[in-house]
Amino acid sequence: MKWIRKIVEKYGKKESGLIPILQDVQKIKGYLPEEGISDIAAELKIPIARVYSLATFYKAFRLIPRGRHSIHVCLGTACHVRGGAKIMDRLEQDLGVRSGETTQDGRFTVESVRCVGCCGLAPVVVIDDDFHGKLNQKKVIQVLKKYE
Amino acid sequence: MKKDHIQVWVCSGSTCVSKGSLTIRAVFEQEIRKHKLSDRVAVLAGRCSGTCNRGPIAVIEPGHIIYQQLTPEDIPFLVKEHFLKGKPVQRLRTDVSETKTMIPTLMEIDFFKHQQLVVLRNRGRIDPDKIDEYIALDGYAALAKALTSLSPEGIISEIEKAGLRGRGGAGFPTATKWMLCRQADGNPKYVICNGDEGDPGAYMDRSILESDPHAVLEGMAIGARAIGAQRGYIYVRDEYPLAVERVKTAIQQARHYGLLGENIFQTGFDFDVEIIRGGGAFVCGEETALMASIEGKAGRPRSRPPFPAEKGLWEKPTNINNVETWANVPAIISRGAKWYASLGTEKSKGTKIFSLVGKINNSGLVEVPMGITLREIIFGVGGGIPNGKRFKAVQTGGPSGGCIPESMLDLTVDYEALTQAGAIMGSGGLIVMDEDTCMVDVALYFVSFLVEESCGKCTPCRVGLQRMKEMLIKITEGEGEEADIERLEKLARVIGSGSLCGLGQTAPNPVLTTLKYFRNEYEAHIKQKRCPAGVCKKLIVYTIDPQKCTGCGVCVKSCPVDAISGEKKQVHVIDQQLCTRCGSCQEVCSFDAVVIQ
Repeated sequence: MKWIRKIVEKYGKKESGLIPILQDVQKIKGYLPEEGISDIAAELKIPIARVYSLATFYKAFRLIPRGRHSIHVCLGTACHVRGGAKIMDRLEQDLGVRSGETTQDGRFTVESVRCVGCCGLAPVVVIDDDFHGKLNQKKVIQVLKKYE
Repeated sequence: MKKDHIQVWVCSGSTCVSKGSLTIRAVFEQEIRKHKLSDRVAVLAGRCSGTCNRGPIAVIEPGHIIYQQLTPEDIPFLVKEHFLKGKPVQRLRTDVSETKTMIPTLMEIDFFKHQQLVVLRNRGRIDPDKIDEYIALDGYAALAKALTSLSPEGIISEIEKAGLRGRGGAGFPTATKWMLCRQADGNPKYVICNGDEGDPGAYMDRSILESDPHAVLEGMAIGARAIGAQRGYIYVRDEYPLAVERVKTAIQQARHYGLLGENIFQTGFDFDVEIIRGGGAFVCGEETALMASIEGKAGRPRSRPPFPAEKGLWEKPTNINNVETWANVPAIISRGAKWYASLGTEKSKGTKIFSLVGKINNSGLVEVPMGITLREIIFGVGGGIPNGKRFKAVQTGGPSGGCIPESMLDLTVDYEALTQAGAIMGSGGLIVMDEDTCMVDVALYFVSFLVEESCGKCTPCRVGLQRMKEMLIKITEGEGEEADIERLEKLARVIGSGSLCGLGQTAPNPVLTTLKYFRNEYEAHIKQKRCPAGVCKKLIVYTIDPQKCTGCGVCVKSCPVDAISGEKKQVHVIDQQLCTRCGSCQEVCSFDAVVIQ
């Protein structure tokens, strides 16, 4: 695909540019599609397994599409001691998904993250680019209503 | 921003803006113009000081005078009184609560009073997107001094005399590291800034990169000169998008001013920096894994030696320091090694930034001199534990650190003392825990974290941690046996001594320190099948205290599994068969009627 070639060329068509290449592809697609991965491998003339090795090693990469909104529940230490796990449990129960999954209507993908670095607001949930702090189970369910 | 200006910092944080601070700034500007004070008083957009419930806030500098809950009508009077008559308006500095106490100046507040700012010296004072503001506060003067009046060896000698040690965790002497790299054969050489701040609960590096990115660039340029490198990389964690943006802007501006690039200060010194965005892997904080990641590979550590100083990035001599270490360098070169070495203890010099979080009244980033006690940080700066609860432990050093009990709070904070206690300084997370925190659960939390983050290369870490996690789950579910404690200790020794990199070698620390200082909690889980802190779900029961329940029905609505029943204004009960122990009823009850047994 042409757009993939462009990205690969932007990073000098070198294997050492693989991580930023994957980051750019994911930024456009929201995830790393199978054909995209094989295209990158072909452009760089390296085995597909090399690309998969990186795409599965780093947490930032996703191989399946996600919902319209991504929910990241912070489970860093400060959030943990202030009840982050309870918030995750509640979201999993109310949305009927496990961490890492997408709701059937494609509205939310729920994932955990180990510390987003705003520990003073613990417990924290990041929805898309919005940070919601000092939450409890009741508040997090109310916050969800803002995202359709 | 002229230096002898009086500055009016009107907070432009999002809370103050939503309370009308933009209008207030405009009225300030208008009044200052009206009274022809413009060449003496500057009205500026201030950054958030964190006291959002008192907004809109304006801070007058010099003097650190805080005005709060301002309205546009207050401003003409305030400007007349404060700037024309020189009399601060007490009414607007007074707390509106029933105590009617005066709002103290910034430096009279405990949280700020005990801090000593070296790395965070520009905190809240400059716009990180404007290089001119950094320069106005003597930014890049240290680089000029290093390039024009110090030799590379002279720079290293200053750093050595200052006694700077790595702020990333292990505390290796920075000057020794630089000298090894300088003396290593091979060209080109590289410097790297490790901004892969992975320890959960620590965010000082994020704050430095976001609020003072030039300090890091300047530190790196000075280090590169000392080592003989011409290229640097800043590796920033994937979870910190704003830090990436700020550093990008800073690099562009520094290039534009000729502070990065070729022939810097006409001294023939070339140096440039590139930013690399991480992929979201904790293990990449380990230096050899981080370099593999920059090379475009999976971030798996390799054995050392060879150390990066000899064979680092692309097999070339490389010096890697973390963000806070680099940000210390300009201050040392500017103000001199003697001044820096006067701060701190005999073996740990300077200051350290801690992120004071968890069950603590004043949470935030605090920069204090080394050698202060944990008690002073937690109860002096941090203001103690909220809601009248009892302090139980403080966790230092992230997943490689340990939990320190109340009996050891008078421990002085330096590298050696913390290591002796079984914890480590680490990157500086201080997570405070109170009586409602279960220490077995905390140990399980860290082990689970490390199981997820283990790169899988060596067996002790990959398999050993998994077994450790299974044992801890067994204990928290009330299935533990007495022999499990001994098994945990034995396994901890194997993982610690047999793992390849620091992640595995230090992984048992949270388990070992909780076993050492909180063994009674493990025993309660195992022998009495009881979780003393009321956290482990399988070992607790939520009940409603009939004495306190008013029958308001709020808990009924909050229960996600309809386990609570009861008529209005009658005592409610929880069906233990249905209850999932999520705790939402306890969260919403205003009468403390839901209790854990």
